[in-house]
Amino acid sequence: MVEKASSDAYWKANVRIILISLVIWFLCSFGMGIIWRPALMGISVGGADLGFWMAQNGSIYVFIILIFVYTKMMNKLDRDHGVEE
Amino acid sequence: MDQFVLNLIFVGITFAIYIGIAFWARAGTTSEFYAAGQGVHPVLNGMATGADWMSAASFISMAGIIALSPAGGYTQSAFLMGWTGGYVLLALLLAPYLRKFGKFTVPEFIGDRFYSGGARLLAVVCLIIISITYVIGQMRGVGVTFSRFLEVSTDMGLYIGAAIVFVYAVFGGMKGITYTQVAQYVVLIIAYTVPAIFISLNLTGDLLPQIGLVGSYAPSGGDISLLAKLDQVVTELGFTAYTADTSNRLNMFLFTMSLMIGTAGLPHVIIRFFTVPKVADARSSAGWALVFIALLYTVAPAVGSMARLNLTTTMWPAALTATATSGDAISRADIDSKPELSWIRTWENTGLLAMEDKNGDGLIQYYNDKAPADSPIMKMAAEKGWKGNELTKIDNDIMVLANPEIAALPGWVIALVAAGALAAALSTAAGLLLAISSAISHDLIKGSIKPDITEKGELTAARVSMTFAIVVATWLGLNPPGFAAQVVALAFGLAAATIFPALMMGIFWKRINKQGAIAGMLVGLVFTAVYIFVYKGWFFIPGTNNLPDTAANYVFGISPLSIGAVGALLNFVVAYLVSSVTAEPPQHVQDLVESIRIPKGAGSASAH
Repeated sequence: MVEKASSDAYWKANVRIILISLVIWFLCSFGMGIIWRPALMGISVGGADLGFWMAQNGSIYVFIILIFVYTKMMNKLDRDHGVEE
Repeated sequence: MDQFVLNLIFVGITFAIYIGIAFWARAGTTSEFYAAGQGVHPVLNGMATGADWMSAASFISMAGIIALSPAGGYTQSAFLMGWTGGYVLLALLLAPYLRKFGKFTVPEFIGDRFYSGGARLLAVVCLIIISITYVIGQMRGVGVTFSRFLEVSTDMGLYIGAAIVFVYAVFGGMKGITYTQVAQYVVLIIAYTVPAIFISLNLTGDLLPQIGLVGSYAPSGGDISLLAKLDQVVTELGFTAYTADTSNRLNMFLFTMSLMIGTAGLPHVIIRFFTVPKVADARSSAGWALVFIALLYTVAPAVGSMARLNLTTTMWPAALTATATSGDAISRADIDSKPELSWIRTWENTGLLAMEDKNGDGLIQYYNDKAPADSPIMKMAAEKGWKGNELTKIDNDIMVLANPEIAALPGWVIALVAAGALAAALSTAAGLLLAISSAISHDLIKGSIKPDITEKGELTAARVSMTFAIVVATWLGLNPPGFAAQVVALAFGLAAATIFPALMMGIFWKRINKQGAIAGMLVGLVFTAVYIFVYKGWFFIPGTNNLPDTAANYVFGISPLSIGAVGALLNFVVAYLVSSVTAEPPQHVQDLVESIRIPKGAGSASAH
């Protein structure tokens, strides 16, 4: 059984990683792709504006990177707290 | 070689592969039937999840929805972000914890976490409504693809598809389905990307369609970008620009959110993460699933924009190098005689494409006859005596299915698309049928009706319920309710408003209790269903809607398709308030929450 204090610290660190990831998730899709598209109109990506590109392609690339970085950070956190399988 | 023979060969070979895999991967235990014995490598599981998730809608319809959207292609980005971003929520908020929980079904988690048979039953009801509505579309997709490519009736196609699914899903269970889906993924992704690469090379000179989307338009010498060219020709014809901004940002936001939360709450997607060996694998498997899904989803907007441009330059040949109306529209005589336009006649025969020479000038004018009267195109129409848009019907599905023909690609590419469309529809149907059968045999029969059933008995029950689910799905595919398109909104809305919030709070908030969860799910369910029924008709019966289904009548402009996100929010609020004023959950439930938060000691899933 894992110590109570250690498991609380593990969970806190876990929630922090999740929150940071969700902020990035929100900014790159809802933020740049929808809410701030008009403001980003001036920045062009090839034949499109940045907001359009983020909504149709860019956000998806960010999602993939986000999940793998999260997995890597969590695996490290598991080892640091001795809770890995 | 004859196109029909080619199609037959491609479809025949892929079907033989699926059956062969099913025979090799038969399920012998309930653990293999429900969760493939937890022995699936995360990369393979990611591939299978990709095939499971990408349905007939993703493969056949999505690019066309983007291409032909009256409000412009950008507004439909909600599908692209929504149907991929949900995997971030799955990886971060649900998959690892549900894998640690180590049981077989979503209702089982809800029943244990909220120590209530009623909550489990409510989850079973939501699961069955969501999965059945979904499976209808898959069975239709199988029938339509068969009838178009293999010259059998839609009904016959449906029977053949159902028989194939029966063989590998009933005998193989999750194990057979998973390995078959890996093969189906390979078939469908090749079928989707090969035509896209050809078309991208044709239009932009870029090998990768993702680069082509933001590349320059080759036929005009490359001095204008593909998207600028597309915007130019469609606006000239009176349509909304492809890249035009949305007119309702709030609705686009909520629609994207509903699709994301709905994706993360779909039971047939969630159960995929029960099949991997470890908690860490559940995290990375979600990432791999998204990699494989992204291969199609990042190509889809390129397919959509390029198909729309190809269609427009086919209808207005002068648009290739100059403005559309600088030359004549395509003539009926050309369509009837030129071999490179034979695809138009083929698709006219299926009824998915229709033309009518309203003013009898022998030309087919394609333009937006609902454009403002003072727009250049309407003035030109009045001047030249056009009597309205003469491309009277163009179905969304054509944009992918006819894409290789529009771009004059070789016959084997067309055969490949047929095999790919079938793979997409069959793999999703199998995943949904498994979710339905495990809810019936594991949650209803073992969970409440006959808890002392033996392992062997439960396996038989699972196979019988799977057979029953296939029969129901086939019957619904043969007699589709007229509202098949609308019920998908209900499926996503319910998944978002009921299952996702209950699972998430069950993991992240120890204090949520039985009363809070049930109240939250009920409020989410009723609110979402009622909002949809008010505009779409009560239980989708035509004519029973209280308000017309138009943007002007929506509350704050929120369409019934987008309401799931609001339903989810209400679920969270109600569950919080009700839990706060009622007793905290018993100690063993709080211990359960502690235990699922820590990866250590997951082991293999158990039936108890």
